[in-house]
Amino acid sequence: MPAMADETLFQLLHTQVVAAAYGAGRGSGDEGLRAGLTVLEGMGFRVGQGLAERLPQGALAFREELDTIKFLCRDLWGAVFGKQTDNLRTNHQGTYILQDNNFPFLTQMAWGQQYLEEAPKVLGEQFLAFTCGLLRGTLSSLGIESSVTASVTSLPACKFQVVIQKA
Amino acid sequence: MAVCIAVIAKENYPLYIRSIPAEQELKFHYTVHTSLDVVDEKVSAMGKALVDQRELYLGLLYPTEDYKVSLLSRLGIPCVKSMFPNQLHRYGYVTNSKVKFVMVVDSSNTALRDNEIRSMFRKLHNSYTDVMCNPFYNPGDRIHSRAFDNMVTSMMVQVC
Repeated sequence: MPAMADETLFQLLHTQVVAAAYGAGRGSGDEGLRAGLTVLEGMGFRVGQGLAERLPQGALAFREELDTIKFLCRDLWGAVFGKQTDNLRTNHQGTYILQDNNFPFLTQMAWGQQYLEEAPKVLGEQFLAFTCGLLRGTLSSLGIESSVTASVTSLPACKFQVVIQKA
Repeated sequence: MAVCIAVIAKENYPLYIRSIPAEQELKFHYTVHTSLDVVDEKVSAMGKALVDQRELYLGLLYPTEDYKVSLLSRLGIPCVKSMFPNQLHRYGYVTNSKVKFVMVVDSSNTALRDNEIRSMFRKLHNSYTDVMCNPFYNPGDRIHSRAFDNMVTSMMVQVC
């Protein structure tokens, strides 16, 4: 039974987690940045693994890669963010682009002008690292090794690029 | 009413295995291991077909005179009669993350119905999911959770 405050709490928690990952003690500069990225992405990965066990309510319906990605877009997004992704594109060669035009983590930043210039550079890679890890973890648990990157073009829309590693 | 329950990881090593009575553990390790081949066969056969998640494997009956007992009797050593004069049925179940559950059931007293086996597997799956969501648990480690142990105990049979 979803309580009213769940989504807000999750967003607040996520913001704090990001701040802590890149915060004091890690140092600024490239080293600290990379450490923060690793921590954040790893966290998302572990959560994704747990979610992959809990979410699929039913049959072993993932006969193809595409089915698994669609599961991500619908069920995972629905469970974690309360909505579905708006667009899914693929080149049928193992690369998928999941587009969300109103990404919950970014909506609060989209209100004013304050972050508009800084947004694309910083946000895509650093802020969304947790979500990238989440996607990677879920896919890995379902048997697909991949690498996930995020990019932000215009707040609050963002794109996640999933590249499947061919064994 | 299970006699042995095992949780096998994707890479085919055991994450959790428990059997009653405890002395027969090695035999059950072997039993479960051979069942894995059958599980793999079934999974690859499922392939493109639209099949359900739980796989029921019934029919691999474990004969009364197993290989160990007959070897001993050939050597002329009096051997103890197997504690399971009846047949042992093995059931398998695969999750979406390719984790397998194998259950060995003694079918002496009650002929367990399909539904009961399925509900046991569902309980197992739910407990396994809880273990997986525990942030202090690293996937791939052996399972030490007390809650999981209690759930398995509740499913095992009381022998003598």
